[in-house]
Amino acid sequence: MALLEIKDLQVYYGVIQALKGITFEVNEGEIVTLIGANGAGKTTTMQSIMGLIHPRSGEIIYNGQNIVGMPTHKIVRLGMTQVPEGRRVFSELSVYDNLVMGGYVNKNPSEIKKDIETVYGLFPRLKERKSQPAGMLSGGEQQMLAMGRALMSHPKLMMLDEPSMGLAPILVTQVFEMIKHLHSTGTTILLVEQNAEKALAIADRAYVLETGNIILSGTGSELANSDLVKKAYLGN
Amino acid sequence: METFFSTLINGLSLGGIYAMIALGYTMVYGIAKMLNFAHGDIIMVGGYTIFLFLFINPIVAIAAAIVFCVVIGILIEKLAYKPLRGSSPLAVLITAIGVSYLLQSFAQILFGSATKFVEIATFEKKLQLGAVSIDIPTIITLVCSAAVMAALSIFVKYSKTGRAMIAVSEDKGAAQLMGINVNTIIMITFAIGSALAALAGVFTLLKSPAITPTFGAMPGIKAFTAAVIGGIGSIPGAMVGGLLLGIIETFSNAVPALSPYTDAVEFSILIIVLLVKPTGLLGKKRREKV
Repeated sequence: MALLEIKDLQVYYGVIQALKGITFEVNEGEIVTLIGANGAGKTTTMQSIMGLIHPRSGEIIYNGQNIVGMPTHKIVRLGMTQVPEGRRVFSELSVYDNLVMGGYVNKNPSEIKKDIETVYGLFPRLKERKSQPAGMLSGGEQQMLAMGRALMSHPKLMMLDEPSMGLAPILVTQVFEMIKHLHSTGTTILLVEQNAEKALAIADRAYVLETGNIILSGTGSELANSDLVKKAYLGN
Repeated sequence: METFFSTLINGLSLGGIYAMIALGYTMVYGIAKMLNFAHGDIIMVGGYTIFLFLFINPIVAIAAAIVFCVVIGILIEKLAYKPLRGSSPLAVLITAIGVSYLLQSFAQILFGSATKFVEIATFEKKLQLGAVSIDIPTIITLVCSAAVMAALSIFVKYSKTGRAMIAVSEDKGAAQLMGINVNTIIMITFAIGSALAALAGVFTLLKSPAITPTFGAMPGIKAFTAAVIGGIGSIPGAMVGGLLLGIIETFSNAVPALSPYTDAVEFSILIIVLLVKPTGLLGKKRREKV
C-alpha cells in the first residue's frame, strides 16, 4: 500500500519551474531513493512534501490524505520527518536539547527521556557529548544527531536529504548502515542522494530526477545496471 | 566613594529598566527577524493603563497594565506584522514605525498631550547602607529587574518553549521540521516582550511619576541602543547592554562637565562598539547558510 503518493507535482520559484509535474510513490516498508544531479529538484521535492515549499499544483497524499497546504508542524505530527540537507542541527543548543526538540511533538516527558536513551543506544557518540553545544560536533556527529533528532518523533516515514554529503568515506558507510538499520525496525525511508551507487545498493526502488522531471524508475538493482544511470551517475 | 557607590546603584537600577526593554527588542529580533520600533510605546500603553486603574489599587493597576500590554503586543503582531511575514524587511520596519505613531496618537486622543501624574506609591524613607542612602524605588527596581532577568534566563534555557525559541531563532525551517509551530513561538515572544515593557513602565513611574504620549519613546530608543551594544538577538547581550548603558548614563549625569551631553555620550558608545565589534559585545556572527 502506498504510504506516500506524489501526483503531478509542480513547483515554481518565481517564474522558474523547479518541478515539472512529477509522480511517484513510496510504499510502506520500502526504501525509495531519488537520485539526480545538483538542481534536479530533489531537495525541492522533499521540502514540498514537508510543507516548507508550496507547490503550484499536484497532490501529495500521505496515508490517504492530501496534505498540500498543511503547515509543516502539523505534517510532522502525522508521522513524517525529514533529516534536512546540511544537517541543520541547532548549534547553540546542547546535543541533549537538540534531541528534546526532536521530540517536541511528544507531550510525555518520561517518554522523551526514554527515546533519548534509545537514540544514545544507536549513537553512543552522542551520549558522550550530550552536554556539548551541537555546533561543536564534527560533521559526522552532527549527521548522527540530525538522524537521532528525527527519530525522536517516532516517524513512520523518514526522509533523508543528502545524508552522506561532506562526510569521510568511513562515515558515509556508517550512515548507510544506520539507514538500513532504521529500515529494519519498520521505518519507511525516502532517501535523496548524490551518492547514487550507495543509494541504489540499499534501495528497493529508485527514481532518477533530471531538471524537474522523473526520467527513469525501477528497482534499485535495475537502475544500478541501467546504461543511462551508469553513464550519468555512476561514472562508468 | 559614597557618591561612586550610590551612582553605581542608581546606574544598575536604571540599567535594569533598559535591560528589560532591550530584552523585548532582542527576543523579537532573534525570533521574528524584525525590529519592532513600536516596542517602546508599549511602555507608554502600560503607563496609561496604570493611570486608569490606579483608583482601585496599585497591584490591580500593575496587573492590568501587564495583561493589557500583552494583549496589545499580540494584537500588533497578528494584525500588523504577521501579514507581512516573508516580505521585505523595509516594509516591516516602516510598518513598525507606523504602529509606533498610531499608539502615540491614540494616547494623545484619549488622554491629551498634557502630562498626567501617576503616583503608584510614595516612599518617605531612604535605605541607609552605611553612609550611602538609596531611594526605595531604585532598590525595588534593581531587585525586581534582577529577578525578572534570572527568571527569563531559566525559562529560555530549561523550558521546552524556551528551547524552542532558541531553535526558531537559529533555524526557522529546521524548527518547523521538529513540529514547532513558529507562529505560536513568535506570539509568545511578543507576549513576553510586552510584559517586560509593562514592568519597565512601572519602574520608570516609581522613579518619576509623570506620563505623556511619548513616555516610551526615549527609553525605547535607549533600550534599542542597549540591545545593539550587547548584540541584537542575544539575550545575555541585552542584559549586559542595558546595565552598561544605565551605568554610563548615571555616571555621565554625575559629572557636571558631561551631564548636558549624556545622550551624546551614550550614542557615541554605540558608534564605538559598532566600529570595533559590529555584531555587538555578545553578538554572534550569523552563520552563512547554503
